[in-house]
Amino acid sequence: MPNEEYNSVEGGLGIAARRVISYVVLILLTFLCLFWFYILFINSTRSHAELNRGFTLLPSSHLMTNLDNVLHGSQPILSGLKNSFIVAGLAAVLCTYFSTMTAYAIHVYDFKAKKAIFTFILAVMMIPTQVTALGFIRLINTIKLQDTLIALIVPAIAAPATFYYMHQYMESALPHAIVEAARIDGSSEWRTFNTISLPIMKPAIAVQMIFTFVFNWNNYFTPALIIKSENKKTLPILIAQLRSADFLKFDMGQVYVSIALSIAPVIVVYLCLSRYIVAGVAVGSVKG
Amino acid sequence: MAKEKKKTSKVVRYNKWGYIFLIPFITIYLIFNMIPLITTIYNSFFENYRQGIIQVGPNWVGLENYITIFSNGDIPKYFSNTIIMWIFGFIPQIFLSLLLAAWFADTRLRIKASGFFKTVIYMPNLIMASAFAMLFFTLFSDSGPINSLLMQIGLISEPYKFLSHTISARGLVCFMNCLMWFGNTTILLMAGMLGIDSALFEAAQVDGATSTQVFFKITLPLLKPILIYVMITSLIGGLQMFDVPQILTNGEGNPVRTTMTMIMYLNKHLYSKNYGLGGAMSVFLFIVTGILSLIVFKFTTKKED
Repeated sequence: MPNEEYNSVEGGLGIAARRVISYVVLILLTFLCLFWFYILFINSTRSHAELNRGFTLLPSSHLMTNLDNVLHGSQPILSGLKNSFIVAGLAAVLCTYFSTMTAYAIHVYDFKAKKAIFTFILAVMMIPTQVTALGFIRLINTIKLQDTLIALIVPAIAAPATFYYMHQYMESALPHAIVEAARIDGSSEWRTFNTISLPIMKPAIAVQMIFTFVFNWNNYFTPALIIKSENKKTLPILIAQLRSADFLKFDMGQVYVSIALSIAPVIVVYLCLSRYIVAGVAVGSVKG
Repeated sequence: MAKEKKKTSKVVRYNKWGYIFLIPFITIYLIFNMIPLITTIYNSFFENYRQGIIQVGPNWVGLENYITIFSNGDIPKYFSNTIIMWIFGFIPQIFLSLLLAAWFADTRLRIKASGFFKTVIYMPNLIMASAFAMLFFTLFSDSGPINSLLMQIGLISEPYKFLSHTISARGLVCFMNCLMWFGNTTILLMAGMLGIDSALFEAAQVDGATSTQVFFKITLPLLKPILIYVMITSLIGGLQMFDVPQILTNGEGNPVRTTMTMIMYLNKHLYSKNYGLGGAMSVFLFIVTGILSLIVFKFTTKKED
């Protein structure tokens, strides 16, 4: 290969040496990323007594016992799982549907306030929800939605970042001609959006649904401020409770299983769809 | 003539749907984001807190709350905590990401199984930050696996209290942030690198440039806009740092509040219903992130034209 010649002439590292270095670094990083989850798995399979005995890399046989203890323990992990699924699932569906609708409005139609609204949404995209949390809690209290899951689901409808992603995708994947063809065929605007445009947007919708689901599944700040009753708590709140409880009294096997249960669904989804997710990361934020 | 008129009215009738489709998003945004923003700003001008069972205020105090959070050292301390933990997470992160992105994008290197590596390095980004922090807390606790591992291999003779020393407590936060975000940054930078005209690389090769020269003379300068974008969005994210230090230190920010971030402090005020100081804190954060967002906004819209 000519490249190798150039390299050796210039005195730089040869391609083979560089390849070795890159693989070594990549393998080290892979280890660094997976090590924690491996220990989590190992420790989930060990009993409290075994855990106290020290560190090991080999799994034990108490996974089912630990799991059983967690499910019937003092922490409402099962209802936490259920609540997290409800919140994250509904938020993902509502958020992507309405954000796509908004992007569609900006992409397809021409109206006076279009540019102003588009600029506005882009401008507020980066503002973190935490800075308005104070007003948000007061509002939720005023409209009597405190301690309800609705307060966590409905606000997800307005997600500027999802809107932006969808708008980007439409620019490349949804030609105006399709919408016009549907109009000529007599399709109503509502129907054109739901039955013609949405299916074209499927890949982007899938990516955004996953991201919104994960974001809401992992979200701790807002739910912790809104939810008070035990049976409505989502998983991150329960994890935080585990931390603030008197730690040494806990069966450590149960602690590890609880952590594993709260991250397992996301890992499973990710491993199934990682190709699309990784490809989707780049599209939304950087333009070539 | 009549036909034309009919046509325009039809187009207008279509475009009315633009407004209709916007209704849900805009309504929800105004109710759940705009009104809270306004009430947050409004609350920051009032003295409003609970002392035991006595409710103080709300009384109008003007800028008193802002003066308080700056003069009692809260904002300077927590702002610098947050920035320090962001910087020391960001430096290794951007270094690793540039290196990996350059390798992944290098057509001469032809990394095998790059899909696998990308999958692995991006994974920590999707993990529940609070659960990840809880995991690190148990692993690095005084009697946890890391300490017993270190003792088993004879590196230390008694458990090292990771969360009782400023350097190791902050170090853990930085390490976790780096681990959670370097995969994401790598993918963004790689997308930017793949967008660079390959003719430039070929020309450099023909001229006999080494890959180090190519990286510093071609890739890096052309990547500058994306690097700045990544840095500022990371800084905005860093200012929101909450889950990891909150869970790791149980909301205390120990040792001696050196890991207390701004959002953790805000969270404390929200729990104790000190709406005056909490409001002032929020507005301060809003202004800082607002300025940073404007810079990002300039970047994203400039490329639009």
